[in-house]
Amino acid sequence: MKIDIQDHMLVPKHEIMTEEEISDEFSDVDYDIKDLPKIKSKDPVAKAIGAEPGNILRITRESQTAGVFVTYRIVED
Amino acid sequence: MTGFIKKIEKINFGLMSPENIRDMSVVTVETPDTYEDDGFPIEKGLMDPRLGVIDPSLVCRTCGFRGGDCQGHFGSIELARPVIHIGFGDVIHKILRSTCNECGRVLLSNDQIEEFSQKIHEAMDNRESLNNILKEVYRIAKIETKNLPEDDEEVDPKHCCPHCGAPQEAIILDKPVTIRQGDYKLTASEVRERLERISDEDAFILGVNPEVARPEWLVLTVLPVPPVTVRPSITLDTGERSEDDLTHKLVDILRINQRLLENMEAGAPQLIVEDLWELLQYHVTTYFDNEASGVPPARHRSGRPLKTLTQRLKGKEGRFRSNLSGKRVNFSARTVISPDPNISINEVGVPEMIAKEVTVPVYVNEWNMDEMIKYIKNGPDVHPGANYVIRNDGRKIRVRNEETKELILEQLEPGFIIERHLKDGDMVLFNRQPSLHRMSMMAHEVRVLPYKTFRLNLCVCPPYNADFDGDEMNMHVFQTDESRAEAKSLMRVQEHILSPRFGGPIIGAIHDHISGAYLLTRDGVEFTEEQALQIIRKSHLKLPTLKSGQWVLKDDPEFGEESYIFKEQGEMWTGKELFSLLLPNDLNLSYSAEISKCPAVFPIEDATVVIKDGILVQGVIDESAYGSFSGKILDKIVKEYGPGRAKEFLDRSTDLAICGIMKTGITTSLNDEEIPEEAQDRINEHLDKKMDEVDKLVEAYEEGYLQALPGRSLEETLEMKIMQVLGEARDMSGSIAENYLTMGKQSDDDPYDHVMAVENHSVVMARTGARASMLNLTQITACVGQQAVRGGRIERGYLNRTLPHFKKGELGAKAKGFVHSSYKSGLDPIEFFFHAMGGREGLVDTAIRTAQSGYMQRRLVNALQDLQVKPSGLVTDNQGNVIQTMFGEDGVDPAKSDFGKPADLNKLIDEIRMEGK
Repeated sequence: MKIDIQDHMLVPKHEIMTEEEISDEFSDVDYDIKDLPKIKSKDPVAKAIGAEPGNILRITRESQTAGVFVTYRIVED
Repeated sequence: MTGFIKKIEKINFGLMSPENIRDMSVVTVETPDTYEDDGFPIEKGLMDPRLGVIDPSLVCRTCGFRGGDCQGHFGSIELARPVIHIGFGDVIHKILRSTCNECGRVLLSNDQIEEFSQKIHEAMDNRESLNNILKEVYRIAKIETKNLPEDDEEVDPKHCCPHCGAPQEAIILDKPVTIRQGDYKLTASEVRERLERISDEDAFILGVNPEVARPEWLVLTVLPVPPVTVRPSITLDTGERSEDDLTHKLVDILRINQRLLENMEAGAPQLIVEDLWELLQYHVTTYFDNEASGVPPARHRSGRPLKTLTQRLKGKEGRFRSNLSGKRVNFSARTVISPDPNISINEVGVPEMIAKEVTVPVYVNEWNMDEMIKYIKNGPDVHPGANYVIRNDGRKIRVRNEETKELILEQLEPGFIIERHLKDGDMVLFNRQPSLHRMSMMAHEVRVLPYKTFRLNLCVCPPYNADFDGDEMNMHVFQTDESRAEAKSLMRVQEHILSPRFGGPIIGAIHDHISGAYLLTRDGVEFTEEQALQIIRKSHLKLPTLKSGQWVLKDDPEFGEESYIFKEQGEMWTGKELFSLLLPNDLNLSYSAEISKCPAVFPIEDATVVIKDGILVQGVIDESAYGSFSGKILDKIVKEYGPGRAKEFLDRSTDLAICGIMKTGITTSLNDEEIPEEAQDRINEHLDKKMDEVDKLVEAYEEGYLQALPGRSLEETLEMKIMQVLGEARDMSGSIAENYLTMGKQSDDDPYDHVMAVENHSVVMARTGARASMLNLTQITACVGQQAVRGGRIERGYLNRTLPHFKKGELGAKAKGFVHSSYKSGLDPIEFFFHAMGGREGLVDTAIRTAQSGYMQRRLVNALQDLQVKPSGLVTDNQGNVIQTMFGEDGVDPAKSDFGKPADLNKLIDEIRMEGK
């Protein structure tokens, strides 16, 4: 039996962003996408959703201050 | 010192070759001594004059400069036998392990060598880190076997050198510097020979750039001798010379080196030579690092460990943290602090003595010429004077006596800089250690005052965490207009009333400031017209105008008349009306006062504060109003009317609270903790009942019919239940006592007809939040309660019992540290002993906690210090890496938030409702 770690209450939602989403989201930001926080492609969550180096993950999580907060991570190997 | 301006283009780190060391050396040190008996340094000794001079009267034989200008010159020692450098033990081991024991080639195939060589070149061209590549090289090149096989047995080719095919035996590093191959111990010479065999190309793969280093340079053959300026000797008062620790260590090295050389030349047995060689290795090791693990530290004759090279650099007292990151400064002062409620929160009282010592540089111009002339005429000894004058040619002249004063006044012209005394209104930085948050350093305005202590307003005690039991604080005087201006806009006390920690006021009323306001604003406080006007005057408030027999107060034409206060002439004034004078005309607010936590407030209206159009309609002013950490009114004033208005509010309320406290006076004695006999009887009765309960629990346990709680053993269950009963015992006895500890009048029929005459100031202080708590009072009056060590009842002491007064295994309340007595009635010896045990634990815990949290904070600050927040809310580090895409995820500055939240909805709704009315 294999447990899907994405169902665990402490694992926030991770999604791979499409090219379109990426250009929408990061067209007007004042930083380089390469400077985003990193996540290893070997990371259990990254493996679970099949992320590959170069992908950008959208992470939607609960936040103490903001309620729901969306952040991004770039996958590296 | 004559100097050159040079620009550093790049810095290259490498190893020093023996030739390098010999080239820079001005003398080969051979004699293990410093001075001759006649006091002259020995030639070729450790104090050889060619190594540089310290005494300004001597001329250096190498560079020709005098002491002070001569920066010193290195010498060298030719080691009789090579020695491993302690800092490179690891590196040597890794290199030897990755190269063939026979042919010295790196243990990689030619393809791999080619591949890694390319990778490294690429990374160097891109200025990227080589760490990961090198780690990979060392990982792959490790192909050794555990044991070399006997005789001609075949060895698995994966354990053989890919170049010469020799089987590879494991090379092991015995920390710190012993290297062995299998059971055979390699000497430093052998290590060096092996390192010499490695070709430049192979060394490059292993991370040793042949342009700046060779592997064999990791083993020392020549030891540099630092110049005497690095290790100056101290002449004691007795005329005796005391040498630096480094010199001592160098003497040791030289002495052994000499002996080794002699023995070798005399052809001494191998064993003796090896012993001496090891000793030389030990001395060179401790010369570099006297705290290396596995090496006993070299000691001084007195038993003190020597402070050698590593110790000079490392740690808090080391060169980096103590001398390079931390610097001592001029224009600073330190003295004891004491309170002064009569100065503003923005001010600091500076003793005249200090004001005359630390100075402010002022440029002389046409407009301040007269003032500056006055300062010079006053000189260094009369208060607003001047200590130094810097002329246009850059010469600094000290103002000494009448002669120099006249001389300066003759020359004085615009452009001169006068270093004048500190005077009222100057901006200074004020600081109390430990500087844990930004409010530990704030900018104050100077008030020059008599006596010898710094004076500060009591409202700024909480941010500095200061009290007056001997605390000292530091003051720094700004030396440029830019720094002054910046400090004034960013660091002034009033800009820090709100703490970024929790979004509320950290600067606010404490102690008597709170109880004073309560005594002024509670129900039934009245003043005659004369008293009221005096209070207004004393509080520096605007005096009222008399219009057709009416006093008119707060008559700000900007607001409607509903916020004015009108008072018939001759009428009595209430304290609440006087307090209203401090409030902004359009302030509307309603909240529960601190005293609302008290079960019996009389009259009950006092517990709810209502402020309408800037008038205190009902309720008392206490800690919830303007106390530090919690003040509601203060919080609202800073956030809505700005720090300037808040500063004014705090300053004026201090004055007013003094008036309030002077009306009644505040005093406390043990009489305040007095309760009637009937109350004492009730408490005793109650305690007895609880003791019976405990006894019953113990009995149930011993008889075996106590039921264990889920997940607990029987013993744990008993302990928990007893703790619970004893907790109730203390709480109940406390609340019985609380019924008798009242602030004063309890009802209109209360026999105390004059409300200010009979009252309990201890309780007033506890209930208003000024100082102490009801727990403190009931421990004095009723019962101290259970003493705890390690979170449980006291267990330690003798075998199976705490003290020999009890039976072994006794489980009762008294036997495990329950204190029945009150502090007032006094503790019996057994109770006293348990109390001391609990008290000791508290002290130890605080001592340990400060050390631990201090280190934790250091780590945290080091990790976060370079982060910056961009205008868009983006948080990045100094490399440009994104830490957060929005600061704190909600983009809220906690200092400008409402106790951590972007907005307090309940408060907003209240406000809208009040406006609707």
